[in-house]
Amino acid sequence: MSANPLPPKQRTKIPRQEMPEQQAAARRRNFDEVNRGLTVLGASTEAMRCLECAKPACVSGCPVGVKIRDFIALITAGDYLGAAAKIREDNVLPAITGRVCPQETQCEGCCILGKTFEPLGIGHLERFVADYEREHGELGLPEIAPPSGRKVAIIGSGPAGLSAAGDLVRWGHAVTVFEALHEIGGVLVYGIPAFRLPKAIVRHEVEALARMGVDFQANVVVGKTVTIDELMDEEGYDAVLVATGAGLPKFLGIPGEHLPGVSSANEFLTRVNLMHANEFPSYDEPVFDCRGRDVAVIGGGNTAMDAVRTACRLGARRSLLIYRRTEAEMPARVEEIRHAKQEGIELLTLANPVAFLSDDEGFLAGVRCLRMELGQPDASGRRSPVPIPGSEFEVPVAMAVVALGTGANPLVQSSTPDLATDPRGYIAADPETLRTSKRGVFAAGDIVTGAATVILAMAAGRRAAAAIGEFLESGAWIDAEAVG
Amino acid sequence: MFPILEAEFLAPEIKRFVIEAPRVARKRRAGQFVIVRLHERGERIPLTIADGDPERGTITLIVQGVGKTTKLMNLLEAGDAILDLVGPLGSPSDVRRYGTVVVIGGGVGTAIAWPTARAMKQAGNRVVGIVGARSRQLVLLEPEMRAICDELEIVTDDGSSGRQGVVIDPLCERIMRGDRIDLVLAIGPVRMMQAVAEMTRPSGIRTIVSLNSLMVDGTGMCGGCRVSTRDGTRFACVDGPEFDAHAVDFDTLARRNRTYRDSEAAALEAFRADPNSA
Ligand SMILES: Cc1cc2nc3c(=O)[nH]c(=O)nc-3n(C[C@H](O)[C@H](O)[C@H](O)COP(=O)(O)OP(=O)(O)OC[C@H]3O[C@@H](n4cnc5c(N)ncnc54)[C@H](O)[C@@H]3O)c2cc1C
Ligand SMILES: Cc1cc2nc3c(=O)[nH]c(=O)nc-3n(C[C@H](O)[C@H](O)[C@H](O)COP(=O)(O)OP(=O)(O)OC[C@H]3O[C@@H](n4cnc5c(N)ncnc54)[C@H](O)[C@@H]3O)c2cc1C
Ligand code: SF4
Ligand code: SF4
Ligand code: FES
Ligand SMILES: [Mg+2]
Repeated sequence: MSANPLPPKQRTKIPRQEMPEQQAAARRRNFDEVNRGLTVLGASTEAMRCLECAKPACVSGCPVGVKIRDFIALITAGDYLGAAAKIREDNVLPAITGRVCPQETQCEGCCILGKTFEPLGIGHLERFVADYEREHGELGLPEIAPPSGRKVAIIGSGPAGLSAAGDLVRWGHAVTVFEALHEIGGVLVYGIPAFRLPKAIVRHEVEALARMGVDFQANVVVGKTVTIDELMDEEGYDAVLVATGAGLPKFLGIPGEHLPGVSSANEFLTRVNLMHANEFPSYDEPVFDCRGRDVAVIGGGNTAMDAVRTACRLGARRSLLIYRRTEAEMPARVEEIRHAKQEGIELLTLANPVAFLSDDEGFLAGVRCLRMELGQPDASGRRSPVPIPGSEFEVPVAMAVVALGTGANPLVQSSTPDLATDPRGYIAADPETLRTSKRGVFAAGDIVTGAATVILAMAAGRRAAAAIGEFLESGAWIDAEAVG
Repeated sequence: MFPILEAEFLAPEIKRFVIEAPRVARKRRAGQFVIVRLHERGERIPLTIADGDPERGTITLIVQGVGKTTKLMNLLEAGDAILDLVGPLGSPSDVRRYGTVVVIGGGVGTAIAWPTARAMKQAGNRVVGIVGARSRQLVLLEPEMRAICDELEIVTDDGSSGRQGVVIDPLCERIMRGDRIDLVLAIGPVRMMQAVAEMTRPSGIRTIVSLNSLMVDGTGMCGGCRVSTRDGTRFACVDGPEFDAHAVDFDTLARRNRTYRDSEAAALEAFRADPNSA
């Protein structure tokens, strides 16, 4: 059945096909996507590298078990739409995950090729077929079951909410997605910048769902505009999925954090991504004027990387990332770190801010940091940073962005007293059925796990959809023991 | 889209809108606000819900044109619509029976204070109103305030209406006289609220202010609205906008509100030069 004409030996001789990229010198000042996508030739050549393992290790690295070997084989056979359909059996957002999954620790991290050679470019191929499908596909919409007469409310329009909506609407349920912001997509539209994930891709997915019959209601903050109880008791929803993400920004709690010029990554990225402040004054929302100024971003994850690269694109003279540990411990995707360095982002590692400093006018003027060294591994297994006494130094900057991660936003929980939460404020839900302590209410994505990844949120959304479908059929509600 | 049903100027640059927003109208309580975005390229700005009619499904907003977005909004008329409107946001005012409540409104702050003043009256309080404005024509909601206040004092900078002076003056007199005051609610410019807080601090009179920090989402997601208080950092959009005045660091608030002053000035200038460009 293999369409690959090459014997395995030959396959390993092919070098990993490079992703065509926008030149660093140009892209560091624009918001166009960095990765341009493999060509048909590049994709089919890359696909030929796959050893088509009998027991593909790559699949075990994918959180949703995408049938990687099989979709790659379809690429080799030239059936790109077939490959897309194969991915969609397990992953409904391939154009997005192909771009943003941390492949190096997931599918590609497990690819057998990686033991001796470069791993297969699974993410790039996933993206290739998903883009091909979007641009050429006439797959049409999936079949929609006849109306079930049941109504489901989904709160939050990030990857968890969107993927749950897709399944539920196919099964014939009436699905309404409530979103607090004016735009649909969650972190995919307000957090992840366009240079990594063009907004048209998210819009394409949202429009497909709308055509399938999902009713999107923006500008509704559940807990404020309407409560879960009102949705169920007064508006006739039979089930509710809470997919509100982990949007509460964390701050350092150090002196000077209230100075103008210091913001959270959420604020900075929202101004630029959701509100288009990079196009001010053509758009009305302002953002701190970075042009010709020095900017520091504190953190080492994807959010920090996105913020520092955004500052660079807004015209910063110096774009600096300050991180407590070393580059090896940075949780950001390796591709983002590489891209950032190519773009001239400076990494200041083993440094921890202890105060923000002010100028005479009360605006931010700098960050005072302590040098760190790595000590014993902590609970996460990473070597924990230890401050070096007396090692204080100052970095002059006009803007600083705090990207230390996020926590649970309490709006829904506090307006739904019978919804149990864990000690950190996340919603307690059964890991399998995603049932909460409240009958008919399910929860999925970052609001259950804490900040995680797009693919995990998507997977959780689909598991919740299955459980909701089952609940709507049977009407049975078994209180999960772990919950409540 | 949120249709505008009524629009009328109350004073120069101050316009009252009645807007169709049934879900918000049903839920809103005194002290809460909405965030609006006027058009596709617009910014998100917070506006207090001055009034609401759950039956009709409408809310009332009172807008003072101070910069590009508010001046643009004040060009809208009945029959126009607002692209995005979300709410009710923020925690409602803590309306209880306190005894005597002094409500101080400075400028458009009167419009923000009025719904809470009315709720305080309905809760059985004696309400003393102190309304301040630069001049007579800028005195807001005088008949509305008169209808709910047991006493009302008007103060203008130039003495063209009521007494000449600032809102602190009558408050100071009452405190010196030993009048009974159980609660002060002060809403207006940051420096006015700060002055009221300093005035009531020595006698420990419970004082509430409504903080106008910079907001984007209004749901606790961006942290841009954070204010520094004695109890630590708080997000005005969810923990407020009302706070204990004696716990607030007003200097920090005033400074943070200037973050985008250059951009705001540029936007206003461009808008003045060509109001149709927006
Ligand atoms: C800057 C940034 C970069 C990232 N980069 C990556 C990456 O490269 N790869 C990766 O895999 N992951 C990345 N992540 C993480 C990933 O985006 C999240 O794990 C994922 O989006 C979580 O999905 P979700 O559906 O649970 O929630 P979200 O995407 O957070 O969506 C939740 C939605 O619910 C809405 N909401 C919240 N409360 C309410 C309410 N009360 N009523 C109505 N609506 C509400 C919110 O406005 C939001 O739109 C990144 C995150 C950020 C912030
Ligand atoms: C909770 C709350 C309730 C409010 N209620 C009312 C009201 O009922 N009526 C009314 O006229 N005004 C109200 N305001 C103030 C109003 O939001 C600002 O006047 C408006 O945002 C100014 O926008 P602009 O573009 O016209 O002016 P700009 O020139 O852009 O700004 C003028 C000043 O307004 C403030 N401001 C600007 N953008 C924002 C923003 N996104 N969020 C908060 N403040 C901002 C800043 O201090 C700025 O210096 C309220 C503010 C808050 C926080
Ligand atoms: S979903 Fe993510 S982990 Fe799974 S195959 Fe695709 S890129 Fe790899
Ligand atoms: S492990 Fe690597 S080589 Fe083997 S099937 Fe998966 S992608 Fe192909
Ligand atoms: S406005 Fe964003 S957290 Fe308050
Ligand atoms: Mg403005």
